[in-house]
Amino acid sequence: MSSATTPPDSDPNRRRRAHSMLKHYYGLNEEGKVTEQAESLDPCDINGPHFDPEVYLNKLRMECSLGELMDHESCMVKQIRSLDSDMQTLVYENYNKFISATDTIRKMKNDFKKMEDEMDCLSANMAAITEFSAHISGTLQDQHAQITKLSGVHTLLRKLQFLFELPARLNKCLELQAYAQAVSAHRRARCVLQQYSHMPSFRGIQDDCHVIMEKLAQQLRQKFRDGGSSAKDLSECVELLLQLDEPAEELCDKFLSHAQSRFEADLQGLEAELKDSPVTDTGGDLVQKTNPGSNPVSPSSSSTTNPFLSPTAGTDILEFIDRGCNEFVSSLCLVIASYQELFINRPQEGELASKNIPEMANGKLHVFVDTLAARYFSLVERRIQEEKGVSDNSLLVRALDRFHRRLQAISKLLPGSAVPSQGTEIVVRAARERIKQYLSALQTFYHDSLTDVRQALAAPRLSVGGASASGGGASSKDATPSLPELLSSLSNFILNQLKSVLASVHLFTAKDITFSNKPYFKGEFCSQGVREGLVVSFIKFICQSSRQYCESAGDRGGSTPPALLLLLSRLCLDYETSTISYILTLTDEQFLVQHHTPVTPVTALCAEAREAAQKLLNHYVKVQGLIISQMLRKSVETRDWVNTIEPRNVRAVMKRVVEDTTSIDVQVGLLYEEGVRKAHSSDSSKRTFSVYSSSRQQIRYAPSYTPSAPMDTNLLSNIHKLFSERIDIFSPVEFNKVSVLTGIIKISLKTFLECVRLRTFGRYGLQQIQVDCHYLQMYLWRFVSDENLVHFLLDEIVGSAAHRCLDPSPMEQSVIEVICERG
Amino acid sequence: MEDDAPVIYGLEFQARALTAQTAETDAIRFLVGTQSLKFDNQIHIIDFDDENNMINKSVLLHDAGEIWHINGSPADKAVLTTCYSKTSESRVLTCAAVWRMPPEWESGSHESPDDSSNNPQTLELLCHLDNTAHGSVACVLWEPMGDGKRLISLAENHVLLWDLQESSTKATISSSATLEGKGQLKFTTGKWSPHHNSTQLATANDTAIRGWDLRSMSQIYCIENAHGQLVRDLDFNPNKQYYLASCGDDCKVKFWDVRHINEPVKCLEEHSHWVWSVRYNHSHDQLLLTGSSDSRVILSNMVSISSEPFGHLVDDDDLSDNEESQQEDKGKEPLQDSIIATYEEHEDSVYAVEWSAADPWLFASLSYDGRLVINRVPRALKYRILL
Repeated sequence: MSSATTPPDSDPNRRRRAHSMLKHYYGLNEEGKVTEQAESLDPCDINGPHFDPEVYLNKLRMECSLGELMDHESCMVKQIRSLDSDMQTLVYENYNKFISATDTIRKMKNDFKKMEDEMDCLSANMAAITEFSAHISGTLQDQHAQITKLSGVHTLLRKLQFLFELPARLNKCLELQAYAQAVSAHRRARCVLQQYSHMPSFRGIQDDCHVIMEKLAQQLRQKFRDGGSSAKDLSECVELLLQLDEPAEELCDKFLSHAQSRFEADLQGLEAELKDSPVTDTGGDLVQKTNPGSNPVSPSSSSTTNPFLSPTAGTDILEFIDRGCNEFVSSLCLVIASYQELFINRPQEGELASKNIPEMANGKLHVFVDTLAARYFSLVERRIQEEKGVSDNSLLVRALDRFHRRLQAISKLLPGSAVPSQGTEIVVRAARERIKQYLSALQTFYHDSLTDVRQALAAPRLSVGGASASGGGASSKDATPSLPELLSSLSNFILNQLKSVLASVHLFTAKDITFSNKPYFKGEFCSQGVREGLVVSFIKFICQSSRQYCESAGDRGGSTPPALLLLLSRLCLDYETSTISYILTLTDEQFLVQHHTPVTPVTALCAEAREAAQKLLNHYVKVQGLIISQMLRKSVETRDWVNTIEPRNVRAVMKRVVEDTTSIDVQVGLLYEEGVRKAHSSDSSKRTFSVYSSSRQQIRYAPSYTPSAPMDTNLLSNIHKLFSERIDIFSPVEFNKVSVLTGIIKISLKTFLECVRLRTFGRYGLQQIQVDCHYLQMYLWRFVSDENLVHFLLDEIVGSAAHRCLDPSPMEQSVIEVICERG
Repeated sequence: MEDDAPVIYGLEFQARALTAQTAETDAIRFLVGTQSLKFDNQIHIIDFDDENNMINKSVLLHDAGEIWHINGSPADKAVLTTCYSKTSESRVLTCAAVWRMPPEWESGSHESPDDSSNNPQTLELLCHLDNTAHGSVACVLWEPMGDGKRLISLAENHVLLWDLQESSTKATISSSATLEGKGQLKFTTGKWSPHHNSTQLATANDTAIRGWDLRSMSQIYCIENAHGQLVRDLDFNPNKQYYLASCGDDCKVKFWDVRHINEPVKCLEEHSHWVWSVRYNHSHDQLLLTGSSDSRVILSNMVSISSEPFGHLVDDDDLSDNEESQQEDKGKEPLQDSIIATYEEHEDSVYAVEWSAADPWLFASLSYDGRLVINRVPRALKYRILL
């Protein structure tokens, strides 16, 4: 209905509609399909395909009123009319178009006819052309064959000309020494000549060529033999000769022998440097940077020789090795390379392949390289052995590194060669040797420092001996270093030296050194070499030499100054407490020692050091005790005790004993701690002795003078001994001042006692001993750990003297005190 | 066990001089001379009864002075020499004399030892070794294994060789030698070598040991600085003629081969004070006795330098029932140089040690406080050496 009601005058709409219908008709439906279908279902759609006029009419009739029908009818009529006119217009248009199409077709028909004629003409022309062409080629056929033949002849003639000119050309090449050209020319002609040798003319040429080539080979050989040419020339030579069918073996030999002669020169150059060295060694120092080849320059211009510097001759080792590397090794590499290129790596062709050249050549090469390398190594080893000085290890290490690095090149060139491993062995040996040298250098250094200390000690001894009790060490301080300073400087010297040696040795294992990753340098060198061979040996050496001081001095009189003994003892003790573990830790850290093999433990070394310290200190006590004992002994032995005068003074020797003891006390106090005394010593003074001695002495030997009681003589003293501990005179001392002084005083007083027992005394003799002992008592108690010990020994002395007295009447205690106070 | 317990005898006086009665080969007998300035000095004759482990003593008066040295004649057991100090005009001089023991002492002592001590008999003086011209005598030596007719005395720096005549009542100097040198030289001790037909003598002065040829009375060797300090005693190895032991104030005992005097053959350092006396065992020269002023006596076994260098192997069976305190190795290996025992019975300096002349396994030591200790070689070692 809606469509019916659409105004028919809306032209575009209608057009589209018609258009779409046409489209639909031709199956080009792209849109409006839905609507179409919707329309199609309605039989009342006047435009739909299923339009049923009957249904439509019925529907209208049923639905519409008359007016509406009328309207509808008029509308319908209007529409029909417009449709009719449309159709008329269309038909007309189509008709016009059809007529114009008919006209066009007719015109085309005429044109084609004309074209057909032209085509016919063309084909006729083509046929004529073909005919002509065939004709021409027929005429040219003969000439072409002739030309081909002529060009063949021409080529042949040129070849022949080459052959005929060959001798001349070869000669010319020979003259110009263009051997390569000659050989290649000959090679080209050779087969042909061979093939046509039955013809006399060719034969002549061949013979000529042979002669010339023979000459050429001769010349090449000559050149080869002359050896003036460089390796490159030489290899060229060899190549040519090989091409000339020279026997390869001979060539190998020749090549090698030629190379040998040049190496010989290199080696001799190196050897000359070696031989130079002893001369220049004695001749003094040289300018270090002299050209290796040049003769040693006059030794006038020289830096002062440091004894610790290496006694380098002519060239230092680095230069030597450098030279060796640059000249010998590099040319060896070159020779190997060119040799391999010539004889081994060349593509195998024809007859050469059958001879198995590479194997033969390889064998020869190995032998050759091995012998040369052996000589070179022996030279290097000799040079390394000359390197005795330990000043600059980096030089040696760098030299060895270079040496080793260069040999790697050979190993790359010559995979199976034993040369690099031999080189490594040399390096290892050098390293071992180096460690030994360092050890001995350390040892000499230690000895030297000890000598220095000895000299330093010798100077202040005078002043210490004369110095008062107040400060023997201090008074001489400005002149010479005191004991602690000496000790610390000595131990610092040693430690620093050791450290610097470790640092030097450490160079062997530096990362950038090629041989540092060899198993030897990773393992054995660190543990066995450095740790055991160097550090542990050195510490052991210190202990050992310290012990030697004890032994040698004991037999043949005190050649060692006691202060040195004391110093060394302290040194060893310090080593025991800290230094050894420090050094070993340092070593282990620096060298990352992996203990594959058992190594000396720290504790064993410490024990050794402690033992040495103990021994030294004991010996010190013994020596000092001996010095004082000797004074006492002489003083007792040389005096006539029977006829002596009444004592007025303490004998000078006693003062001397006290003075010496005081200075020893000062000396020991400088290095060792105070130590422990028995508790009661602090407030006891000489008063104790006076009470003690006056009461004791009377009790002790007063009764013994009465003849009626001979049995009581020793009773008290024996009882005393019964309950007191046995006194070991030369017993080991502890590491402190008091113990040391106790030891010395024990020794001295025991000597005094024994000497007194061997003498006979008069009255005044006894009294003198009393005075002396009191004096000693006044001053010595303060040095010892247990003053009872001094009391006991002095008592024993006085007692023994009383026994040995012809007229024992002891002096009044008060008088003794007065005398002692007076000094 | 019981026979290892030491036997101790106490003298009333201080004493330094001890000797074994050299000529006596049956009884174990020691002579001790006392030192006293106030009382009459005595010679104690100590008889040791081995079976009963008892001591019998007799006392003889020696009124000449305190005794520094005593020595018994090798031929006549009743004859002995002493060195004694005599004080006259406030001067002390050490003299020497030859004495004879009174013949009755022996019987008397055995029957009633108390009587003899109460009424001591006096020694009979045979002769003086007149030394007024030569100074104090350090010691008198009998010719070893001799007939008791020859003596040597060391006086200051003189060596005097005496001949005893007319049954020892007269002594004449047959030859003499004098040690010359700078300083006041003085012999401290000496020893007459039993080897070479008794023609050699060794003396000690200060730190040197000298050898003398008695035929020419000239020095044949000199070990300078044999010890670090004074040399106190010497003894010859009874079986090895060139071997000599010495001891001194450096606490050491050294063994010398007098043909190579630069270095001692061996050196012991066991004592903690001066070593005053050293004695080889008369028959088994590996056994060495030393006495020191550290109050100790040490018995050492010096196998390596003895005439029986490898010792004898011990039979285990013999040792099995032997409860020895000595912890000797029972293995079959030879004995090592070692200390056999340290004897600590003394409380004062030990100045003399002596082996018994009769029993080679027995020895005496004497300390200054008058204590005489008789000890034996441990039985285990004895069997070891014997078997």
